[in-house]
Amino acid sequence: MEKLLIAGNKGKSVRSDCFVTLELTKSGGIQIDLKSKVGRLFGDSIVELCKNELNFFGIENAKILIEDTGALPFVLSARIEAVVKQCIETDKEYLLEMLPENLYHTKKDCHRRSRLYLPGNTPKLFMNAGIHGPDGIILDLEDSVASSKKDEARILVRNSLRSVNFYGAERMVRINQIPKGLDDLDYIVPHNVNLILVPKCESAEQIHQVNQKIEGISKKKKIENPIFLMPIIESALGVIKAYEIASASENVVALTIGLEDYTADIGTQRTKEGKESFFARCQVVNAARAAGIQPIDSVFSDVSDMDALKDVVLESKSLGFDGMGCIHPRQIKVIHEYFAPNNKEIDKAKKIVNAFHIATEKGLGVVSLGSKMIDPPVVKRAQRVIEQAIDAGKLDEKWREDS
Amino acid sequence: MNKMTKNAIGRKIPTEINGKQVIPFQGVGKHKATGRKFAPKISSCADYPLDGDKLVPSLKEALIKAGIKDGMTISTHHHFRNGDLIANEVFRIASELGVKDLMWFPSASFPCHEPIIEYLKDGTIHHIEGSMNGPLGRFVSLGKMKGVGVLRSHGGRYQAVQDGEVQIDIAIIAAPTADPFGNANGVEGPSACGLLGFALADSQYADKVIVVTDNLIEFPCIPWQIHGNYVDYVVKMEQIGIPEKIVSGTTEITKSPDRLLIAELTAKFCEEAGLIRDGFSFQAGAGGTALSIGIFFGEIMRKKGIKARFARGGSNKYLVEMLEEDLVEYILDGQTFDLEGVRSMRDNPRHVNTSPFTSYNYHGKGNFAGMVDIVILGATEVDLNFKANVVTHSDGYLLHGIGGWQNCLFSKNVILPIPLFRDRIPVIRDEVTTICGPGELIDIISTERGIAINPLRKDLIDKMKDSKLPIKTIQQLKDEAERICGKPKAAEFEEKIIAAIKWVDGTVIDVVRQVKE
Repeated sequence: MEKLLIAGNKGKSVRSDCFVTLELTKSGGIQIDLKSKVGRLFGDSIVELCKNELNFFGIENAKILIEDTGALPFVLSARIEAVVKQCIETDKEYLLEMLPENLYHTKKDCHRRSRLYLPGNTPKLFMNAGIHGPDGIILDLEDSVASSKKDEARILVRNSLRSVNFYGAERMVRINQIPKGLDDLDYIVPHNVNLILVPKCESAEQIHQVNQKIEGISKKKKIENPIFLMPIIESALGVIKAYEIASASENVVALTIGLEDYTADIGTQRTKEGKESFFARCQVVNAARAAGIQPIDSVFSDVSDMDALKDVVLESKSLGFDGMGCIHPRQIKVIHEYFAPNNKEIDKAKKIVNAFHIATEKGLGVVSLGSKMIDPPVVKRAQRVIEQAIDAGKLDEKWREDS
Repeated sequence: MNKMTKNAIGRKIPTEINGKQVIPFQGVGKHKATGRKFAPKISSCADYPLDGDKLVPSLKEALIKAGIKDGMTISTHHHFRNGDLIANEVFRIASELGVKDLMWFPSASFPCHEPIIEYLKDGTIHHIEGSMNGPLGRFVSLGKMKGVGVLRSHGGRYQAVQDGEVQIDIAIIAAPTADPFGNANGVEGPSACGLLGFALADSQYADKVIVVTDNLIEFPCIPWQIHGNYVDYVVKMEQIGIPEKIVSGTTEITKSPDRLLIAELTAKFCEEAGLIRDGFSFQAGAGGTALSIGIFFGEIMRKKGIKARFARGGSNKYLVEMLEEDLVEYILDGQTFDLEGVRSMRDNPRHVNTSPFTSYNYHGKGNFAGMVDIVILGATEVDLNFKANVVTHSDGYLLHGIGGWQNCLFSKNVILPIPLFRDRIPVIRDEVTTICGPGELIDIISTERGIAINPLRKDLIDKMKDSKLPIKTIQQLKDEAERICGKPKAAEFEEKIIAAIKWVDGTVIDVVRQVKE
């Protein structure tokens, strides 16, 4: 009796996915049994993809059952590869074409107000994630993926990085905890990941390990694009080491905090008021600012309570954070709206930036507003406020021409 | 073998359906029936009890008294939506009586009508003229119905009755409240559904009319949405519908972020295009996306400090809230979708019941549909010329009715908010599987990835030329979807025609063929 191998998902709430069962046989060639919701329209192309892929991996005799709920080719292909890799040892990868529009890079200081978590093995959420306009999209390999599904999720995430258009959002992946997470890097570094979240980070050493592995892969695959890191502080020790982590390497661009794990680690529970994490959040803000990088807040998990989210965002902003995580697309708008400067802040910034421009035009070395002298960092902050206001749609790009 | 001809929209259709000659679609507003309207038989009040008591002990007895026999046309209505118990009961009795080859003429069918399949199989029913949804649609799509199905819009149903194309022998009207004389309404009683507009034509034109109720009250039943003067028999039954399936306790707006995005984009489009102005009117259904669009409209109206002169139902709690907040002056309602809608219709004189006669009828001297500024509709497919399909899916199966869809196309701005693809199936096709509406009447397709304006609407294109909204051509939208999903194969069909799609004027705009298994 040959071993029965499975990959993918099926069940009542599953859509845009498939469940693949493979049985290697001694003879009889490839026998494909396709049960597809879209079989009448895409059956032929699904069978062809399956044949090509099995052929690529050198499988000549097998029975394969595909139960399909409308999976796109990158999903079908990932599930087939996952099931194949359970029965043969191979370094080969069945790579679909990289979409040219996925080849963009991001900058060290780009906006990271919102980052949308997508469970890495739930493809139905991938296709439309980008249209909601988050600053970043995280394909998560860590807590949202069951341990038995880690291998297939890596392949799916790899395929997504190549085939799914995230419409300009920063392409992020949360790897597993170090050292296990180091193995995830092979699946994402060659596929234009922009930023990697390193969970449960407790030392600069872990950042060095990640970077070493990235360098190794980059050299081998001749990759030159920048890959940034965002360590996640999720423990008492991590909080103590926050500055060491934040300043561990040039490519660490943001520091964030995971409050569920942190509160568990210090022996308490997460509350709405958040007194228990006040110290840790301040520490993260302080460490990030000291290292010259962005402090980013945790996620808010009640997806139906937009009023509470608004309060959390305003508090987060007042503590010094630049952004936070989200687990539902509806949260993005609220986060952008309230992390953005308010009207009072915008008006003040406009005055300062105007004064700066007038001073520059007149060739004055000193910027002044009324009787007050304006220091360069104040101008810089005002310029940042203006940028944020424009990005949030609260100020027209041509605001100076209108005024 | 049936002779075929090509209609004005380029579809090949047979010259005869169910043995009757058909008129091919000739273009919008081209076909006009002549002569006089169909008239029901003359009745005399001397034949009816002077004391007004038309009660008959059972539905079976009423059907026998009404003279049920082979080949008759039997009509029922969809006021109870998926909670209807009466249609199944009528045909169970007919089958028990051994009556054959009936034509079922429902105003719509629902998944609860799956038992009808048995009566199609045993020969009780010859064919259906109405919608064929869910399991019924699947059965018919596989070519298992004896005759050819005919699908009409709500307005088209009234038209077919008025010009005599369909002559109803017995109409069975399920009424949430009625008196022994036959006066009936939908606003009171355990099965309250709001109104009975879809049964209006049947009450006026059917040979025999039976009112069935689970809430018999003493004369007079007020309001009398159905006049007892048209009614032959009244039957009191234990149960006529399942209340929680007739209207939902509450309507919920969609939680789907993708649908909310489509709704938001659509509402923004209407605002930027200047369609939301003081005194405007709109119609948005009860589907998740449409409901949310209504709510976004409300926000825009509040922001601008304006109100709508009227909104067309299907009503629901959100529309009722807008009425009570005075954002909307009147609701002209075709059906109520939740208990709040029923309550409002019962208690608020500005929440008015309408019928296909007032709203949609082609043989009326005008109707309301054309006066509506913005109408929000759905579609399963749209083609590059904006023609759209609402009855079949891309795989060829007949799964939905036309409803008021075709009639609403005559509104001033017709918007179809739809996801660019469902699972893997793109919505924009080279050719729709079944044509239900001509492209010239459909103005805007709004999807999560962009909004396409019909090139015929130069005014809208001009207004939106500096908009930051993602305005794209329909070809761009199609290409975008196919890049993601791949290009689907066209569904394969057998030669056999299983259903005809009527246009609002009674002509045939397309036919549906048997699905190849």
